[in-house]
Amino acid sequence: MARAVTNQRKTVNTAVAWAIGLLIFFPVLWTILTSFKTEAEAIADPPVFLFFNWTLENYSVVQERSDYMRFLWNSVIIAGVSTLVGIVVAVPAAWSMAFVPSRRTKDVLLWMLSTKMLPAVGALYPIYLIFIELGLLDTRAGLVLVMMLINLPIIVWMLYTYFREIPGEILEAARMDGASLRNEILYVLTPMAVPGIASTLLLNFILAWNEAFWTLNLTAAKAGPLTAFIASYSSPEGLFYAKLSAASTMAIAPILILGWFSQKQLVRGLTFGAVK
Amino acid sequence: MAPAVFLLLVWMLVPLTMTLYFSFKRYLPLRGGDLGWVGFDNYIRFVTSSSFWPSVQTTLVIVGGVLVVTVVLGVLLALLLDQPMWGQGVVRILVIAPFFVMPTVSALVWKNMFMDPVNGLFAHLWKFFGLAPLEWLSQASLLSIILIVSWQWLPFATLILLTAIQSLDSEQLEAAEMDGAAPLSRFGHIILPHLSQAITIVILIQTIFLLSIFAEIFVTTQGSFGTRTLTYLIFQRVLESQNVGLGSAGGVYAIILANIVALFLMRIVGKNLDS
Repeated sequence: MARAVTNQRKTVNTAVAWAIGLLIFFPVLWTILTSFKTEAEAIADPPVFLFFNWTLENYSVVQERSDYMRFLWNSVIIAGVSTLVGIVVAVPAAWSMAFVPSRRTKDVLLWMLSTKMLPAVGALYPIYLIFIELGLLDTRAGLVLVMMLINLPIIVWMLYTYFREIPGEILEAARMDGASLRNEILYVLTPMAVPGIASTLLLNFILAWNEAFWTLNLTAAKAGPLTAFIASYSSPEGLFYAKLSAASTMAIAPILILGWFSQKQLVRGLTFGAVK
Repeated sequence: MAPAVFLLLVWMLVPLTMTLYFSFKRYLPLRGGDLGWVGFDNYIRFVTSSSFWPSVQTTLVIVGGVLVVTVVLGVLLALLLDQPMWGQGVVRILVIAPFFVMPTVSALVWKNMFMDPVNGLFAHLWKFFGLAPLEWLSQASLLSIILIVSWQWLPFATLILLTAIQSLDSEQLEAAEMDGAAPLSRFGHIILPHLSQAITIVILIQTIFLLSIFAEIFVTTQGSFGTRTLTYLIFQRVLESQNVGLGSAGGVYAIILANIVALFLMRIVGKNLDS
């Protein structure tokens, strides 16, 4: 910003912004802190903030009692595979719409977006029934399929907006220099498309990781991901704050870290290119 | 583009057709199964049941409450984050964090560690000020849900509004400042109009997601204490009481409702595609 700003005003801004930022972040911070407390300290009156006996005990107990690793693995597989498959399916669609647009392209894009807006609960019983018939209930394969389909519109859209930013002149230049179609795709387009594909991958992995309608309704003990694992703490284990916190911290930590890298993509991905 | 279009077409048409089909049947999988066609009976019964209007009201209160909180605070927060300060990047990270917390975790952490009437932090805070602790999820159930969901969605609103503010031409603001426009009138005449499209988009996208919030209610109140939204009511009809015909009719209502909102959003997004 070009305007001269007094140091005093900057100090006030900083103080207010940090105070509000910490207030908003506090529930996450409190959960992380509590995960290192003993159960007695976790419900101490008055609450202890930093000065307690830091322990890692809760983490090992959670793993032993509830087999955290299995849920984690389910989350990784469901979010990871569904995103990868989604990208493989979406790249050709986004590619052709961005580089060879037809009169119908806009309608197809908007129609895809509209499928994202169908309320899940309207499809709950049919999907439930189909899952029972096909033996997909409580399987990772079933969840991968559903997760891929609900995120497909967002994946296509994000890729489309990224691909559209690749300038067509570069393609023409490559063609003039005598590049074959294969070389054109391999050496010119692909390197330029990789950052967009990576961003899309990241955001959709996060969305699939946190999805909590289908994962709660279509899984049980076998294929349940971390969303279901945490929901199982709602009672009575939830009263053990330190263990609840350890389980929660383990469920959100990977995504918090990935999420911080994806701030910019978040805006683009979730507003369908309407805000950049 | 064929595979993607084909998959989405199947994903949309098959459940939709089945839901429509079931909605015209009396279908109780655990009590006799398919009991034949009943015309619009389910549609009428769903709307005339005593839980319908309360659920519509609950849905509107939650969606409306969260929208007001997130948009108002989101604008203020975006304005603040746009100011020059030290450690802006870190503050942004702190503010955005709740969006990445999975819904079941945030619901459970708020329910137990903040809103618990005995051991929750709010109870300690209330006692500190000499007040009787509140039983949040039963005495102020809707407020509690609005608080939890707003916490999750405030980062989204803030981030989008901040992106929009940053695209504002700063010369225009400087010119206004030099002409002696007060901060409030600069906000009202330049910033807010510039933000209007972003605000509209925040409202529309959030409405679509908020109409179908599920985990937050599933984990906290299970729909009791007046927190049964339309989505939760349909879930209960279909999976808990296994009255599929009735639930499917409800599902069709939910689809129509979501489509009305979607229509407005699509118009804006479509306009953007042309430019």
